[in-house]
Amino acid sequence: MNLTLVDWIVMLVYFAFVLGIGFLLKRGVNTSTDFFLAGRAIPAWVCGLAFISANLGAQEVIGMAASGAKYGIATSHFYWIGAIPAMVFVGLFMMPFYYGSRARSVPEYLRLRFDEKTRGLNAISFATMTVFSSGISMYAMARLIQTLHIFDAPFQRMSLSPEWIFHVSVIFSAAIVLAYILLGGLSSAIYNEVLQFFLIVAGFVPLVWLGLKNVGGWYGITHRLPSGYTHSWSGMGSASTNRLGVEWFGLVMGLGFVLSFGYWCTDFLVVQRAMAADSMTAARRTPLIAAIPKMFFPFIVILPGLIAISLPTQTTATPGVSISDSRQAEAIGKGLIPPKIDERTGLPILDNNGNPVLDYDLAVPNMLLHYFPTGILGLGLTALLASFMSGMAGNVTAFNTVWTYDIYQSYIKSNADDVHYLVMGRLATVFGIALSVAAAYAAAHFNNIMDMLQLVFAFVNAPLFATFLLGMFWKRATGHGAFVGLLAGTASAAVHHGLTIPAGATPGIKGAWLGTLLNVYPSEMAQNFWTAIWAWSMCFVVTIVISLLTRPREEKELVGLVYSLTERQNDEHFPWYKRPIAFGVVVLVLTVTLNLLFW
Amino acid sequence: MDVRLAIGALFSILGAFLASFGIASDKALYERSLGVNINLEWGLVMLGFGLIMAILGRDRSRADVEPRTAAKDGSAGEREKTSRPGKQA
Repeated sequence: MNLTLVDWIVMLVYFAFVLGIGFLLKRGVNTSTDFFLAGRAIPAWVCGLAFISANLGAQEVIGMAASGAKYGIATSHFYWIGAIPAMVFVGLFMMPFYYGSRARSVPEYLRLRFDEKTRGLNAISFATMTVFSSGISMYAMARLIQTLHIFDAPFQRMSLSPEWIFHVSVIFSAAIVLAYILLGGLSSAIYNEVLQFFLIVAGFVPLVWLGLKNVGGWYGITHRLPSGYTHSWSGMGSASTNRLGVEWFGLVMGLGFVLSFGYWCTDFLVVQRAMAADSMTAARRTPLIAAIPKMFFPFIVILPGLIAISLPTQTTATPGVSISDSRQAEAIGKGLIPPKIDERTGLPILDNNGNPVLDYDLAVPNMLLHYFPTGILGLGLTALLASFMSGMAGNVTAFNTVWTYDIYQSYIKSNADDVHYLVMGRLATVFGIALSVAAAYAAAHFNNIMDMLQLVFAFVNAPLFATFLLGMFWKRATGHGAFVGLLAGTASAAVHHGLTIPAGATPGIKGAWLGTLLNVYPSEMAQNFWTAIWAWSMCFVVTIVISLLTRPREEKELVGLVYSLTERQNDEHFPWYKRPIAFGVVVLVLTVTLNLLFW
Repeated sequence: MDVRLAIGALFSILGAFLASFGIASDKALYERSLGVNINLEWGLVMLGFGLIMAILGRDRSRADVEPRTAAKDGSAGEREKTSRPGKQA
C-alpha cells in the first residue's frame, strides 16, 4: 500500500488528540472512584456512545463485514435480534440494581446479592477473559498492519528489518492505550471511545456511500447477488434454507436471548460505561441511547462486506497477495474478497470440493483500498486503528477495575486507604497491558491455544444471564444456588460441545471430543447457539433447585438488589419523551421496522 | 472538559485539512472514488460537523457553570433523584 504524507498527517493528528485527552483529564483523577468509575459524572449520551464503542472493536468492524460478505444481510440478526432487545432490557430493568446498589463492578453486585464465592468465580474468569480479548485485539491489529503493508515504506526508509513490523505494531498500540488510561483512567477511556465512535462513522460512511453508488444502491445489490444474501428472515424456517445454517428457534433463543442478554446485561466491559453515568436516569438511558446508533450500524459495518462480494471479481487488487502462478489463475476470489493463502506454500487454500476458501476478513481493508484515494485513505485506516484501540482500552479499563476492587481488595489487601487502590489501579493497568502483549504473542505462536481459550470462555459466559435473571427477579435465589448453577451451566456447555459437531468438521476443537456423537448440527453457528441454550437452561434449573434446598437470605438484606423488594423507579416528573420506558418503546418499534424492511 | 469540544476540534482540523488537500490535489487521484473528489466533499462534511460540535460544546461549558454552583449549596443528596439539568443532552 502506498501511503503518502497526507495519510500520515491524518493519523498523527488523531493520535495527538488521543494522548491530549489523557493529559487534559489527568487533573480530574484524584480518587479511585475518579479513576475506575470516572467519578460517576459522565452525561448519558457520552456513556451511551462509549457503551457501544467499547464493543466496537476489531471483531465488529472487520468481522461483521466478513460475515456480511459470507452470510449476507442476515448478519443483521447480530444487531436487531442479538443486541437491541438486550440493551433495552438492561436499561429498563437491570440498571436500577447495578447503579442503585452502588456496586462498583458487576462481580461486586454478585457479592452483594449472593456471596463471596460467586463473585470470586465471576471476577477471576472475567479478568482472565479481558486480558486475552485485549491481547487478541492487539494481535489482529498487528497482523492487519503487516498484511496491508502500512509500515513497510517507513521501515524501509529507516532501513529496519520488516520482521520488526509486528513487534513495533504491538508495542505501539500497547503504549498508546497504556498512556491514555494511565493518565485519565475511565474518563479518558470513555472520552476516547466517543471520539473513536465518531471517527469510525466518519471513516465508513463515505466508504459505504461510494460503494453503494458504484453497485447501484441496495437495489443494485439485490440484483447482483442471489436472494439469500439480501433477506434476513425469509429463509429462517429451516437451517437448510438460509445462509447462516440456523433455524429461527435456535437463532432467537440462542443468539437473541441467551448470548445477547448474557453479553449486554452482564458483561462489565459494557456495564461499566453505564455505571459511570452521573445519575440513575442517565445510567438507565445509557444503553437505550446506545441502541439507536447500534441499530443503524449494520449499514456501515455489514454493507461494505455485501458490496465487496457483489462487485465484479478482481484479479490483481489484493494487497500482499498476488497470484502470479498461472496454474492457480482459476483459483481466484469473489468480488473484492481474495482467496486464503497458505503461508508456507503461497498457494490458495482449497476446501474439500476444490473451491478456494475465501479470506472474508479482508473485505473491509480491500474496500478501503479500492475506493479511497490518498487523504481519505488515511482517515479510513485511522478509523480501523481506532476500532482496534477502543476494543483494547475497553478491556483494559474493565480489567483494572475488577482486579483492584474484586480481586486485590477482596483477597489480598482489604483495609488500605483510597490512594493505595488508586496506585494499584494504575499498576493493574500496566500489568494488564503487559499480560495482553504476552497474550498477543501467544496468539501469534499457538493459534490452537487461543481457539481453545475462546471456547472455554464461551462455556463460562453462556450460563451467566440465568444467574443474573434469578438474582434480580427472584428473591429466593441463594448464593449456593448461584454458584453451583454457574458451574453446572459451564459444565453442561462443555459436555454439549463434546457430544455434538457441526456438519463437515473433524472431531477436536470443533466438538465431539467426548467420543460419542449425539447430534450433528448444520453449522458451527447452530452448534454455538444450542450450546448456549443448554448451558443457560441447566444453570437456570440447577440454581432454582439448589436455592430451594438452601437457606434464603433475610429480605431486609436484599433491598435494592432484588426487583420485588426495591422501590420502582419513578419517572413521572419527566415529560414522557424523557422517560426511559418511552425511549425503550421507540427503540423496539424502530428495530421491528428494520427487520420488516429487510425481511 | 466537554467532550464535544474535543470532537469539534478534531473534526474541524481533519475536515479542513482534507478539504484543502482535495482542492489542491490532482483530478486523476479520484478515479478510484468514481470521479468524486471525496477528500473535498467529505472534508467539508467533517468540518461542518466539527464546527457544530465545537459550538455546542462551548455553549454548554458556559451554561454549565451556573447550575453546578447552585446545586452545591443546597442539595448534595438531590443527585440521585434528579439528573442535573445542565448535564443532559
